[in-house]
Amino acid sequence: MTAPKTERAPRRRRSATSQVQTRFAWLLLAPAILTVFGVIVYPLYRTVLVSLFDVRSALDPAPAFVGAANYAEMLASPSVWASLGRTLYFTAASLVVEVALGLALALLLNAPLRWRWLFRTAIVIPWAIPTIVNAAMWKGIFNAQYGALNALLTQMGVIHDYVPWLSDPWRAMNLVILSDAWKTTPLVAFFLLAGLTSIPTELYEAAAVDGLGWWKRFRAITLPLLVPAISIVVVLRTVEAFKVFDIIYAMTRGGPANGTAVISYYTYVTAFSDQNFGIGSAMAMLIVLIIGILCLTYLRLIRKSEMSLL
Amino acid sequence: MRLTKAQSLLLEVVAAVVALAYLLPIVWTAVASITPARVLLERPLRWVPTDLDGSRYVAILTPGGVNGIGAGFLEAMGNSLFVAVITVAVALVVSIFGAYAFARLRFRGRKLTLLVFLSTYMLPQIALLIPLYFILNQLQLLDSRFGLVLVDLALVVPFTLWILSNYFLTVPEDLEDAARVDGCTRMGALWRVVLPTARPGIVTAVMFAFFLAWDEFLYALIFTSTYAAKTLPVAIAEFSGRYTTDFGLVAAGGLVAALPPVLIALVFQRNIVSGMSAGAIKG
Repeated sequence: MTAPKTERAPRRRRSATSQVQTRFAWLLLAPAILTVFGVIVYPLYRTVLVSLFDVRSALDPAPAFVGAANYAEMLASPSVWASLGRTLYFTAASLVVEVALGLALALLLNAPLRWRWLFRTAIVIPWAIPTIVNAAMWKGIFNAQYGALNALLTQMGVIHDYVPWLSDPWRAMNLVILSDAWKTTPLVAFFLLAGLTSIPTELYEAAAVDGLGWWKRFRAITLPLLVPAISIVVVLRTVEAFKVFDIIYAMTRGGPANGTAVISYYTYVTAFSDQNFGIGSAMAMLIVLIIGILCLTYLRLIRKSEMSLL
Repeated sequence: MRLTKAQSLLLEVVAAVVALAYLLPIVWTAVASITPARVLLERPLRWVPTDLDGSRYVAILTPGGVNGIGAGFLEAMGNSLFVAVITVAVALVVSIFGAYAFARLRFRGRKLTLLVFLSTYMLPQIALLIPLYFILNQLQLLDSRFGLVLVDLALVVPFTLWILSNYFLTVPEDLEDAARVDGCTRMGALWRVVLPTARPGIVTAVMFAFFLAWDEFLYALIFTSTYAAKTLPVAIAEFSGRYTTDFGLVAAGGLVAALPPVLIALVFQRNIVSGMSAGAIKG
């Protein structure tokens, strides 16, 4: 069968109307472009510039050009690699927790629960709580003197003495990941719920007629049809987790013993505590590079998922 | 999906456990905020306090605090409101026009521009932190609410532009064509047809944009130094470092700061899932 060719507009020289439309489009886009160039593209260009100079203060009149020296110093620094490693751990662990629990929550949200609205409400609230408030709350819960976790576990007889939960580097990292996941898992759940609700119910009815059990229906219908939504959420959450800063600052300030000093935090310290803006900018560019690679993956995915804008 | 009785009972139980896991930390924080400081430090902890203490709320909601405790909170709240409201308003206007162009007009460079916007949406704040600090310093916009609005726009505009574009695409083009046959200009059709039809999308965009601006921390942390411009997240982080002996104060401040977004989210629950389908997914 041949598709009717008339559907596509015949190729013509660019008509007057399309030129008018182009001019109109740029006019409409002008404020957005102005904003994005002024506050994003131009500053990003300045980050590249600063990364090539030895800049020690905000108003350095004539910083020395050092070429790639900042990058070389950055790549030779064990602390940078260590913080990169911590970021990767934070990202990978967050992702596993968030996607696994998020999928479970999405299935629950989609299930015929009697108190569905109550359940949904309980999950919406953490999503809306500001990151810093969430961080302060969990910092309180894990506190060594008055924390609710210590009180709960001693009264249940699980521990005998109060534990300073956040004073061990490795444990602190994992608790920060859990605290972060507490707030972000609902986000993943709602995103996956949007995917779940778009699966036609006829499919499940047909499967029920065929006598497929819950697990088989999940494997044969739900999971395959959710793959596009899951892949988008995985890439987006990877990018967001890789950027993590706020919760680290508010819960542990990168400590104890740098145990939670992720790359964003270390960049902030390098630039604004050590006043080494050159190396700080080089580190920022490293983060941009890694996120850029992640974003290219994302673009591929949304092209595949046929979001019609692109 | 049909479930057996045992299955649905199991589901109800699991849902109840999850809901509790989500509500209990908040409930404890709320109780701590009205428990006297000395009771909070008792061992074993009394989960339900016998006497209530509302002094933290009084302290943070009194200008200048009570004996200096809680000072700055009210100012921070005013700054947060100012920055969030202005940022959202400006971002909304800017992106309604831009989104219309992306969703409806065919023009050269459309795809490239769209890609640039989409990639800025993913850009980490830390990538712009150093130059923005230099630029704001030169413009004397450090420790200023307008400075914060300016940099927050960098976060919010790419985001609102993206979700509004997706929403405008869902408005049937025929509706608009009909309006234009009836003599509407393009702008008239945008105002009278597209915007009303896409109202749920606009509500969603405003909600998510408000959350972004209300939540913003890194810029506010670096670019402000006094309560002339410090926002609530900065104030809470400070409180949590300063008032280490009284968690109740941090809890009270945190709950007040969380109230506006939580109320908005509860009222507009239905818009959340649809917003996520339109590509709104920011932590």
